[in-house]
Amino acid sequence: MTPLLEVRNLKKYFRVRAGLLHAVDDVSFTLDKGKTLGVVGESGCGKTTLGRTVLHLTEPTDGQIFFEGKDITSPTKNELRRLREDMQIIFQDPYSSLNPRMSVSETIMEPLILRGDMTKTEMFAEVRKLMDTVGIASRFENAYPHELDGGRRQRIGIARALALEPKFIVCDEPVSALDVSIQAQIINLMLDLQEERGLTYLFITHDLSVVKYISDDIMVMYLGQVVEKAPADELFANTLHPYSQALLSAIPIPSIRHKQERILLRGEITSPVNPEPGCRFMARCQYAAEECKQPQKLEESSPGHYVLCCRYKEINNL
Amino acid sequence: MDEKLLEIRNLAVEYHTDEAIVYAVNNIDLVVKKGETIGLVGETGAGKTTIARSILRILPSVTARIVSGEILFNGEDLLKLSEREMRKVRGSKIAMIFQDPMTALNPIETVGFQIAEAIQQHNKISRAEAERRACDMLELVGIPMERYSEYPHQFSGGMKQRVVIAMALSCNPELLLADEPTTALDVTIQAQVLDLMQSLKERLGTSVVLITHDLGVVANTCDSVAVVYAGEIVEYGTVEHIFDFAAHPYTLGLFGSLPKLDSKERRLKPIKGLMPDPTDLPKGCRFYERCPEASKECAEAVPADVEVAPGHIVKCIKVKGGAV
Repeated sequence: MTPLLEVRNLKKYFRVRAGLLHAVDDVSFTLDKGKTLGVVGESGCGKTTLGRTVLHLTEPTDGQIFFEGKDITSPTKNELRRLREDMQIIFQDPYSSLNPRMSVSETIMEPLILRGDMTKTEMFAEVRKLMDTVGIASRFENAYPHELDGGRRQRIGIARALALEPKFIVCDEPVSALDVSIQAQIINLMLDLQEERGLTYLFITHDLSVVKYISDDIMVMYLGQVVEKAPADELFANTLHPYSQALLSAIPIPSIRHKQERILLRGEITSPVNPEPGCRFMARCQYAAEECKQPQKLEESSPGHYVLCCRYKEINNL
Repeated sequence: MDEKLLEIRNLAVEYHTDEAIVYAVNNIDLVVKKGETIGLVGETGAGKTTIARSILRILPSVTARIVSGEILFNGEDLLKLSEREMRKVRGSKIAMIFQDPMTALNPIETVGFQIAEAIQQHNKISRAEAERRACDMLELVGIPMERYSEYPHQFSGGMKQRVVIAMALSCNPELLLADEPTTALDVTIQAQVLDLMQSLKERLGTSVVLITHDLGVVANTCDSVAVVYAGEIVEYGTVEHIFDFAAHPYTLGLFGSLPKLDSKERRLKPIKGLMPDPTDLPKGCRFYERCPEASKECAEAVPADVEVAPGHIVKCIKVKGGAV
């Protein structure tokens, strides 16, 4: 089976005054239809840029992107327009991603107008259906974003993303700005939609309990690189990379029985501008050694579990 | 550690706007003991921050009204102090850490100056002595004192929050109000900051009111917990009471909403609906409309506090000395 999305050696560099900022550096993955790939990492690790580059919201510096087996790395304007019907995005902040001067129904209808194959009556009917799908009462049809709370706004963002019946959606921190009780409502909605419509998600988040819950596979990113990639349960059961280990141990667990051994990292994320060729985590890693100064290769430790660390066997007694 | 440091009695705070009156805090009682960390847990708009700001009396002066209540700090009612006396309390006896370290610092003064300024404000010491103490505070929170003369924009988010913590602790306050101190930070940095707060608290014996929406943070740092909903404390108890014997349906709902790392279930159990409009609160139980256990009487009767176990208080009429 051809995967729905395949990304090969994707790179996105930004030119800044100090040099080249390696936002996404040599990232490859495949994503099958109906599955969810979780991308986790801290601010500045390149996860959002990865999502935006896949969707051509920014153009990749290097590498290839295939959608349903077709190379979409450099699409023409028309191809891109058609592509956008299949690939959509839900943004992090439901407060700034909606146009404050457009009502709920106008916001959801806009993609339908742009596609231009429906009459006005059909479009209104479709908007009602979409509002119903995401659970917004029809009385909000003419409401404006400022009248709505964060949860409802995010539902509108989801309805708009669904309007053109996409196959693939990049979810960029869709629940980070919401309270836990509302967050749970939105996560359930997204899971329901995935089941009903066979949607494929690239789910970007910094919340590790959410990502484990929703993903089939998880990629951990650090300074533009994928440092570990594995099926969700495998990643949590056998964490191999020192950074992933520290990241997972830092999640505060809501239980008083669970006595946590936190691995406290030294310092903070280093600069992604003109990085040294060796391991990027080295400066903060408790296992750093001479060999870490060499360029690192992604190795497969067990089927489907990849790790970017030359010392992972030693560290984990494998 | 059973000595009371802070006691809030029957506090009610309203915000008056042109359109409506917002009932932000509704007759709450709360005790903070010496040396304890108490967590105020709840969602956006529950009134957590308003409680903390009332303690320091830094509510917005135009709209906010403290309608009733007493805030006893070491037995003295803070609400009765003059503004002049209150200034001596702020920053020296009670200090606050704000949620967003990016906006809590003055961008045009060096971080060292900002800490020294707070120290000099409350102590009769020379400029040089204040500077020396500010350097010590920086070292204490893990920032090399060579960075004394740097400006906030030269620091990362985690480092800025350390500066804010240094500033808050610079006068050895007896009570520290921490309003979502780690929410704006990444998890590995959050772990560093929580660890720092914990060790400083143990060293200095400060009491802490930790405002958060993250039950994971609460489990790791607090001694007792107050769950805040629509301006009321709906459940209060030790951290063991709340995590093992939670009784209020809202508290149970909060736990059900969390994705668990070890769970196999494919769906979360969210609380249905939204928090009631604080300008138009329901007259019975505030949680009535969202409560899975609700019955007719809940819509009518204002629930009283029930002590289900010594020191474990639940505001729900369905609870009678046991579970729901």
